[in-house]
Amino acid sequence: MDRKLGSGEGKRECAEGFLVNDISSNAATSTSLAFNGIAMTFPDGTHTLQDISFQVDRGDFITIVGPSGCGKSTLLKIAAGLLDPTEGHVDVDRDRLGYVFQDATLLHWRTVMGNVELLAELHDIPKAERRRLAQDAINLVGLGGFEKHYPKSLSGGMKMRASLARTLTLKPPVFLFDEPFGAVDEITREHLNEETQQLFQREGFAGLFITHSISEAVFMSTKVLVMSNRPGRIVAEFDVPFDYPRNPALRFDPAFAKLSGEVSEALRGGH
Amino acid sequence: MTMTPEASTKAAAADLSGGGVGAALSGATRQAERSRGQGIAATLLPPLAMGALIIGGWYFVTYVLLEPQRRFLLSAPHEVLQVGFLDWGNFSEILSGLWSSTRVAMIGLAISIALGFVLATIMSQAKVFERALFPYMVIVQAVPILAIVPLISFWWGTGQTSRIVVCIIISLFPIIVNTLFGLQSAEKGMHDLFTLHQASRVTRLRKLMFPAGMPAIFAGLRISAGLSVIGAIVGDFFFGKGDVGIGQLLRKYANQLQGEELLAAVIMSSALGVGVFLLFGWIQNVAIGRWHDSEGVTA
Repeated sequence: MDRKLGSGEGKRECAEGFLVNDISSNAATSTSLAFNGIAMTFPDGTHTLQDISFQVDRGDFITIVGPSGCGKSTLLKIAAGLLDPTEGHVDVDRDRLGYVFQDATLLHWRTVMGNVELLAELHDIPKAERRRLAQDAINLVGLGGFEKHYPKSLSGGMKMRASLARTLTLKPPVFLFDEPFGAVDEITREHLNEETQQLFQREGFAGLFITHSISEAVFMSTKVLVMSNRPGRIVAEFDVPFDYPRNPALRFDPAFAKLSGEVSEALRGGH
Repeated sequence: MTMTPEASTKAAAADLSGGGVGAALSGATRQAERSRGQGIAATLLPPLAMGALIIGGWYFVTYVLLEPQRRFLLSAPHEVLQVGFLDWGNFSEILSGLWSSTRVAMIGLAISIALGFVLATIMSQAKVFERALFPYMVIVQAVPILAIVPLISFWWGTGQTSRIVVCIIISLFPIIVNTLFGLQSAEKGMHDLFTLHQASRVTRLRKLMFPAGMPAIFAGLRISAGLSVIGAIVGDFFFGKGDVGIGQLLRKYANQLQGEELLAAVIMSSALGVGVFLLFGWIQNVAIGRWHDSEGVTA
């Protein structure tokens, strides 16, 4: 009954078992997400983005750092199709996009399990299958044992984990992170960075991560892009050479400090 | 204050029964017992004291302020109790009137809920509908109920239907406003999530907007349930025909100077309102208490 109503009116092409059979086919094309000459001016005249072109390939974890208000989040919304750019276009398979929001955006009336199952439910995946996907994802983010808890009884970091798990259930080949760990404390944030980096390694998605924390950016990514003040442009690009898995001690490595310093300088130049 | 000695004797009893379990443990028990006793005293004492004050004031008015020949205006509490509640003939009349009015109120409320949900859902789907409909709802809400009672009896007569119409008119607005507010209360990020995953309108309503709106919807229901009871009584009072409800009884008792029955009927009407309010508070608690911190729901 659930599924009838869900698919009845929408009638979109969100095919039933896409995550089962489509993932392998994606391996053929290595570019998962491409921005081509994106510019964005809002109706109120705010010129947010200018001439953004880059691509995220399979195996890339690209982080964009930039001052607040430079249009980083706007860029992700454009990638996800939540906003239309004024110029340029994005190449991406939107049916298979993972999006982790700034807030956990958990539904208060659902338990952790209910929340993590939501996306599979929206994609009409049968009950038993989605329960299994959700349980796997919950275990993966370390929330095992909290399945029956409601969001109100979770800490900020746990909510974010549940939100991550929710996105993981669909095994998206492209993962967009919109400054997801901005609201949690420093220690939790570092833990979550380590875990995200492990997930990236294990799941092999193409990641695009937005943040204003330089250490977070350098710690997790394969490449860091620095964005300027409004209108946001990419003003610098840094390859991050450290091997995965990266352990917490990396943060105290001189090479890490040096790279962070360079990113910071580029960021300041962009002001 | 009167509770303290009692609490301490209880604590002493606990100490005795505790025997040799350990001083620390029984000390803790005593502490808990005492604070619980004080908690109950703190919650019950003020309203009880106030109640005693009110009854005292009532007696004062009856026996001191009113001369004996005007005492029928406010009979003493024990007389109201005797005539209005303990005389089964009178009390059963009041109860059956109350039941008739309750039925009317609940039918009216049910129709209001159905109508209100439909209208709020329509308005939640497009701003155009909200703009088109809202002013007229405010107008209907703003008409004093007494002003349209003649119109209602003109159209629907003076029977059950008219009473139900009064209930609907009086209780519809809070349901619409609160349901609409509730439907619009889901966060933008949640909507984005549903948009990203191409949820249909129906799915969005069922899985996002209605659940997110439940706290507001219940707030509306509680207000409307109370109003519907008032509507049933007012309607019955004015139309004064057909199945005898509490409104007709109130009018009859007033006309026949049956002060005790009148007061008993007033008290019972108010009890009905309170009961309905508590009932919906309880339903709310059962329905959404697990995930929502509903404040003010103690029932």
